[in-house]
Amino acid sequence: MSSGLRRREGPAGWVFVTPMVVILGLFLVVPILMALWVSLLKWNTNDGDPFAGAGDFVGLGNYKHLLVTDGLARSDFATALRNNVYYVLFVVPLQTVLALLLASVINAKRLKGRGFFRTAFFFPSITSSVAIAIVFKFLFIGNGGVNTLLSWIGVHGPSWFNDGRGLFWIWADKLGLVDLTHPPHALTAYSFLGLSWWDWVAGPSVAWFAVILLVIWTSSGTFMLMFVAAMQDIPTDIDDAALVDGATGWKKFWFVTLPQLRPVLFLVLTLGLISTWQVFDQVFIITQGNPDKTTLSPAYLSYSASFTGQDWGGGAAISFILFAIILVMTLLQRRVMRERDKPSRRQRREIAEIRGTA
Amino acid sequence: MRNPLTRRRTAGLAALAAASLALTGCGNGLSKGNDNGAASSEKGHVKLRMLIASSGDAETKAVNDAVAVWEKKTGNQVTVTPAQDMTTELSKTFASSKPYDLMYIDAGRFATYADIGALYAYGDKAAQAGDVYPALKDTFTYDNKFYCMPKDSSTLALEINKDMWAKAGLTDADIPTTWDQLHAVAKKLTTGTTVGLSMGATRDRVGAFMVQAGGWPVSADSSKATADTPENLQALQFLQSMLEDGSMKWSSDLDTGWGGEAFGTKKAAMTIEGNWISGAMTADYPDVKYTTAELPAGPKGKGTLAFTQCWGVAAKSKAQAQAIDLINALTTDKQQLENAQAFGVMPSLQTDRAPYLAQFPQNKAFLAGTEYAHGPISLPNFDPVLADFDSKLAGLKTGDPKAILASLQKNASAALAK
Repeated sequence: MSSGLRRREGPAGWVFVTPMVVILGLFLVVPILMALWVSLLKWNTNDGDPFAGAGDFVGLGNYKHLLVTDGLARSDFATALRNNVYYVLFVVPLQTVLALLLASVINAKRLKGRGFFRTAFFFPSITSSVAIAIVFKFLFIGNGGVNTLLSWIGVHGPSWFNDGRGLFWIWADKLGLVDLTHPPHALTAYSFLGLSWWDWVAGPSVAWFAVILLVIWTSSGTFMLMFVAAMQDIPTDIDDAALVDGATGWKKFWFVTLPQLRPVLFLVLTLGLISTWQVFDQVFIITQGNPDKTTLSPAYLSYSASFTGQDWGGGAAISFILFAIILVMTLLQRRVMRERDKPSRRQRREIAEIRGTA
Repeated sequence: MRNPLTRRRTAGLAALAAASLALTGCGNGLSKGNDNGAASSEKGHVKLRMLIASSGDAETKAVNDAVAVWEKKTGNQVTVTPAQDMTTELSKTFASSKPYDLMYIDAGRFATYADIGALYAYGDKAAQAGDVYPALKDTFTYDNKFYCMPKDSSTLALEINKDMWAKAGLTDADIPTTWDQLHAVAKKLTTGTTVGLSMGATRDRVGAFMVQAGGWPVSADSSKATADTPENLQALQFLQSMLEDGSMKWSSDLDTGWGGEAFGTKKAAMTIEGNWISGAMTADYPDVKYTTAELPAGPKGKGTLAFTQCWGVAAKSKAQAQAIDLINALTTDKQQLENAQAFGVMPSLQTDRAPYLAQFPQNKAFLAGTEYAHGPISLPNFDPVLADFDSKLAGLKTGDPKAILASLQKNASAALAK
């Protein structure tokens, strides 16, 4: 803060933010620190207060179990990580593109009944995720709506939520590259974190893919709204200027509209990245990790380790690794997007020249 | 996904869930409850809190009615709370310094709670303790202590669709008593639209075949894993042979949630389920005529699995004596027969055999199972192990039974060593 500001406003400012700081601290910072402490313990709910000495301190033991020690905890965690990586890879780009597309459609001046479409696209976002998950559960059963639709175009749909085969291998099998029932020895014989390479590279299972479709459909509405808001902020004269310069359609979108949406794009990607790493509701309601653990997510694994397994330290450790992943991903993404914002070397030279002549 | 906006600061839902539980644990300086000594008792009239995982309105009403009688007799008060999600509720209640005094504890999860010291071992003090089926008593025994009274019992049997049976040219004489016969009739019953046998891909069904083959994933004293034995292998190989020729399919492969649904929707001519199926059949599939037979015997004789819940008493409860008194009232032979009438369970007491059979002759096969039934695997730290086994069973058709058992052996040994 520059010294030009009236200094006495500082303490007053603190007074005003105190309630928020206290609330955030009490409900956010303190619980996180408490969970961090629990993740270092072998503790269950019956032991009493973990902050009054209950539970055995095991240091990084819980983390070691997840990442180093060969066993079920590690291979389950690796499976959950694999699932979530595919989930993020599919959901984040697709929901962003879909949201952008919907936003452009809705923002088009020629569109009639704009309000109706806006509501229709936004509706899934404000509907309870539990309700949507249950509806999808019925849509995707073997003789449900989705497969009936597919049968009209002559496609025999899979038994979605019961099909644990990886998409990549199904496609490879169709192309004759591998035999699904007899995976190549080279891939099954070697493993990383207790999970064979065959399983790592399998892609999302059919069941997981159904969940991915659900989530894209649900969340793109929210992000669409953000894009629409940003698009409406773009001054029309810029559009007009682009038109005068001869930019039309795709070119205008790519070179004029999209660059101006970059801050919102960053927001949408960040929110998407964070929320996809936390996928829980759909797993909890629809699949509980089945079939063949291909819909297990770290958040669900943390829940089941804690609540069903009474291994609260292990559950908390999972959520902290998840926290670290999200943090790293967000920082990484921020870096990637920020570097593009810097002027290129040529631009910098030009700026320097202008400054020099001024 | 909920609105991502509200979520952007959370460091993982589960971290907060764990933390909030830690918070509720705050300020409760109690040590582990005493699970061995005398029952705690409060003076005067007490207020008991009871948590139940009710199977439906009929059960809730039956429990409430029975509790009301006890309240009138003793002057104590009882609040009965049906739980939506028992696992979560139990975790919450055990974290608090004033937990529910008594609650349903599922046999499969019993050891986890006994192991953490959340339960008070009152079993031998219960009035009807001596009359409980031995298998059920074993189920609720941990560390050589009989913890809690089973509130009822259920066993697995073979349900057969009568119409399909007759259509396939089969008679009562063909009801299978051996594995080979089961396989043979399943093949006969398999048509283009119907599969001979269907059941859930879980240790809670497959385990029965292991018992029939003389095996079980853990030793009788639960001290070591015995998963990779020739007996267990024989059981899996038999089931695999049925899966391979299509005379059996897992219920999930028929797009059904459980064996009863596959059976009720006529996708399967036979299923293996417990006596709870009768309620579902009457309510949801009244047009399906079926009969029930004992499970066929394997190479080492008859075998089935028993499932039940017990009346757990919290180790931290302040009124354990009163809770036990209430449980005594809820588990009398008379009350259990009334429960059988009200919501289709079988009594957990041997005295009730004859009157039960007289009242429910159609449930003969289930009752016969109680004689030789094996309880479910109930060991702490075993949830992920068994979940892993189940997920591998789903792929048994093309999987390698030996590898499945080897990984169960490895994981079970690791969990037992914890």
